[in-house]
Amino acid sequence: MSLDKATVAKVANLARIRVEEEKLDPLAAELNAILGWVEQLGEVDTENVKPMTSVAEMQLRWRQDEITDGGYQEQVVANAPSKDEGFFAVPKVIE
Amino acid sequence: MGMIIQGATGDWEVVIGLEVHAQVTSNAKLFSGSATEYGAEQNTQVSFVDAAMPGMLPVINEMAVRQAVRTGLGLKAQINKFSVFDRKNYFYADLPQGYQISQYLQPIVGEGTLTIDLKDGETKEIGITRLHLEQDAGKSIHDQHPSMTLVDLNRSGVALMEIVSEPDIRSPEEAAAYVKKLRSILRYLGTCDGNMEEGSMRADVNVSVRRPGDEFGTRCEMKNINSVRFIQQAIIFEANRQVDILEAGGEIDQETRLYDSVKGETRSMRSKEEAHDYRYFPDPDLLPLEFDDAFVEEIKADLPELPDEKKDRFVGDLGITPYDAGVLVAEKEVADYFEAVAKGRDAKISANWVIGELFGNLNRTGKSLAESPVSADELGKLVDLIKDGTISNRIAKEVFEEMFDSGKAAADIVKEKGLEQVSDTGAIEQAIDDVMAANMDKVEEYRGGKDKLLGFFMGQVMKATGGKANPGVVNKILKPKLDG
Amino acid sequence: MTDLTRLTIADARDGLKAGTFSARELAAAHITAMDAARGLNAFITETPEKAVEAATASDEKLAKGEGGVMEGIPVAVKDLFCTKGVLTTAASHILDGFKPEYESTVTTNLWNAGAVMLGKVNLDEFAMGSSNETSYYGNVVNPWRRSEDDQPLVPGGSSGGSASAVASFSAMGATGTDTGGSIRQPAAFAGIVGMKPTYGRCSRWGVVAFASSLDQPGPMTRSVRDAAIMLEAMAGFDPKDSTSVDMVVPNFEAALTGDIRGMKIGIPKEYRLDGISSEISDLWDKGAAMLKEAGAEIVEISLPHTKYALPAYYIIAPAEASSNLARYDGVRYGLRVEGEDLADMYSRTRGEGFGEEVQRRLLIGTYALSAGYYDAYYLKAQKVRTRISDDFKEAFKTVDAILTPTAPSPAFAFGEKGDDPLAMYLNDVFTVPASLAGLPGISIPAGLSENGLPLGLQLLGRPFDEETVIRTAGVLEDAAGFDATPTDWWRG
Repeated sequence: MSLDKATVAKVANLARIRVEEEKLDPLAAELNAILGWVEQLGEVDTENVKPMTSVAEMQLRWRQDEITDGGYQEQVVANAPSKDEGFFAVPKVIE
Repeated sequence: MGMIIQGATGDWEVVIGLEVHAQVTSNAKLFSGSATEYGAEQNTQVSFVDAAMPGMLPVINEMAVRQAVRTGLGLKAQINKFSVFDRKNYFYADLPQGYQISQYLQPIVGEGTLTIDLKDGETKEIGITRLHLEQDAGKSIHDQHPSMTLVDLNRSGVALMEIVSEPDIRSPEEAAAYVKKLRSILRYLGTCDGNMEEGSMRADVNVSVRRPGDEFGTRCEMKNINSVRFIQQAIIFEANRQVDILEAGGEIDQETRLYDSVKGETRSMRSKEEAHDYRYFPDPDLLPLEFDDAFVEEIKADLPELPDEKKDRFVGDLGITPYDAGVLVAEKEVADYFEAVAKGRDAKISANWVIGELFGNLNRTGKSLAESPVSADELGKLVDLIKDGTISNRIAKEVFEEMFDSGKAAADIVKEKGLEQVSDTGAIEQAIDDVMAANMDKVEEYRGGKDKLLGFFMGQVMKATGGKANPGVVNKILKPKLDG
Repeated sequence: MTDLTRLTIADARDGLKAGTFSARELAAAHITAMDAARGLNAFITETPEKAVEAATASDEKLAKGEGGVMEGIPVAVKDLFCTKGVLTTAASHILDGFKPEYESTVTTNLWNAGAVMLGKVNLDEFAMGSSNETSYYGNVVNPWRRSEDDQPLVPGGSSGGSASAVASFSAMGATGTDTGGSIRQPAAFAGIVGMKPTYGRCSRWGVVAFASSLDQPGPMTRSVRDAAIMLEAMAGFDPKDSTSVDMVVPNFEAALTGDIRGMKIGIPKEYRLDGISSEISDLWDKGAAMLKEAGAEIVEISLPHTKYALPAYYIIAPAEASSNLARYDGVRYGLRVEGEDLADMYSRTRGEGFGEEVQRRLLIGTYALSAGYYDAYYLKAQKVRTRISDDFKEAFKTVDAILTPTAPSPAFAFGEKGDDPLAMYLNDVFTVPASLAGLPGISIPAGLSENGLPLGLQLLGRPFDEETVIRTAGVLEDAAGFDATPTDWWRG
């Protein structure tokens, strides 16, 4: 598997990272080097091996259905780069 | 009956599948302790977890698990004691984490069925593919600020059940019946309030068309439709659009389309689509969701009687027609009301009163059952007055109107207005004699063979007694007298 | 009066209790040291006022004979832990100006135990790096220099600021986080002790996430005893973290019995890499000999899938990161770079807000999860991870702990690894396998390289058996008798 420039551009778009055109080629080379190195995982026999899901042998804990949080609008929006009357504000989206 | 579109080149069959998003009834959100109540001030029901602040982690709400299992059992579905939460990755302003925690390959509930009720008492089985738990997104408001979109995260993280049907639905009517039936079951179970106006229930509608008997065609999905009427309109528009394209020799692009309820049309959202690749993977902040048989059994033991079972009982045990039974069980509140009226009384008469007079008056006044001025108990007492002969059926209707408008008890109205039925044979005989004396010509005609004049005499006697005469008693005395 | 900054946490604790000096004096000495060490760029944010305030409160408690296990002890906090009202950056431009409205569980635990915060320390951006060269706030310098030159050296990473602060006597201890070696490797580079507990032992709540299934906070100190004390203060069950384990936190200090007789120590043969320097392998042999001398049995073991740990890690960690870092979108906190529309705003914000290494890993991670590649990369790597974990399970059937080098080399100079990301990734070759398996591990300084730089040895243990790791590390520490310190050139 090898990434070309177009694929890097597509992946960058999926990750919402603006990458300058001239950086696409060198980036593709770097990513290919890493992915090429990762290919060696193919040598490992993983037939009937389950993917690891958890380190500790424990079960997912459940919380009670109680209201224990929220009610602090000011703190929620305190760090917002742009806000309006307790709302977060983003560039207008046209649907 | 399926919907068939007759095109210039032949018939087209419409194939529909629905993905219904139902908000789980719970106090707190799926993975945080903030409230779920509808209509709160913006961003006041938001925790740092819901706002996806750095370092925040999800912890699952027990109630969401319970409600999903409960719903699964209500849909007679496979319950998966091992399921996995995955992250569905995409960027949107009202999706603070940049991913939605959902269930992809291993949902909590597998295959089940839903029986929908069609016209003329017919039913049809619609397959349920799966039900999974997921987080709701926040809300973007586009029209409150001239240059900005405003984001409210109150809904962010609220627990949803996504219930996916098989593509077994063949017409807008079936789709409507499916949504109504699903809503009814969810409300019986108490797992979702089914309030479509508040967005507690929304549907993604998948539509394709094909030649009858052919393979499935390419489908288009219309997202987030929040009324049964719009679902039907969207299907009709979309199916016709697809037929037009195919008949013109074109192909259908698999895509997400927006249903515009104002224009009554669907249109492409491709500009927003751009290569969706959700990159699902198991959420590493969570472990697989596991529970045992005892947990499922405990929930099963607590299940209420569901509409289908109730309907069967109403028909089988109470002798109500399948149509009336269907009407009575659709809403749990109605069924409960009816059962309260019918308790220890004639079920058929009770059903007639609930469906006829009560519904009629509720409709006339635009009231819901909960707002009815006549309680089930009072309606029951009215039925008793009919049954024991105190008032006639006709008088009862008058009394009911009065009850509905004034909220007074039936017995009080009857007493105040002196509406008790007259069964005293002496008084009735007198009235009959008077009527016959005043209409001797008609008596002769009757005796000459004009049998149908019996109705005339009945009417006159009833009129003379102000409608209070017991019609059975009148009939019994009148006929021998006329016959001479 | 002796230089209070040279004390260990254990010594300082005793001195405070005895009233030999006050918490305020201890804090003042460290604030002075922190000022003097600014050239190392270990701190992103200094909080001297908070330190004095907290020390004053500690003195009041100590006067009444009260106080927690770390009462009055000045520590530095890796700037990955959210601290209420104090700038928290993850060393990234994208968190510009972010002041959390909440406090992480681990730091809350520390403050409850009486610890005093000196400030927030530097790291590789989002903990992605092994040399602390990727911080938006600049490189951190290692207090150690080679005997032959004055070239500035990297402190390791990602907890480079933590390592530099503790090694330069600016803080008595520091919190670190370890994802693939981010506590142990910088500890080795800076000649200090760094411990990564078992995954699930310390809460991740309030710690800026890098790779959720690997991240684990832990202490960085100048002695094994100090690490035990600090770990006990940091650890504990947290219902807010679904991966936190509901277990009692033992008295880790009590594990330091000095007795390892009869214990079996594994030496994994696969860790004898080609090209490993002789000074590293010699030190490893020496370490084994010391433990044998102390009565342990040395056993050669096999961890057959060791070789595949790094490539598996470099799929799993970036994949998780690509999702964990999606929340940095310029909407609710941190940097926003305006654009033509919402999507453009995202791309510009993230394009400018994330540094090169972070971007590289986010792209790799995004690719590894994308349609058509998930099975080949992510799923495969998680299966390999299971095999690596099984290797350890098998080994721990026969041994009680495993001894390995911590890093394949001593600290290197800035830019020395060139532009090749892969060469940098190899730094974690000895630390990553235990991270993938979630095992507890510790690095302790055990000797000097030929050019006078500290070298570390790593001990690994069974899940939740930190006590055995600590006990063995204590014995090794005593035997190695490492007492070298860097010359304090930075005081200039």
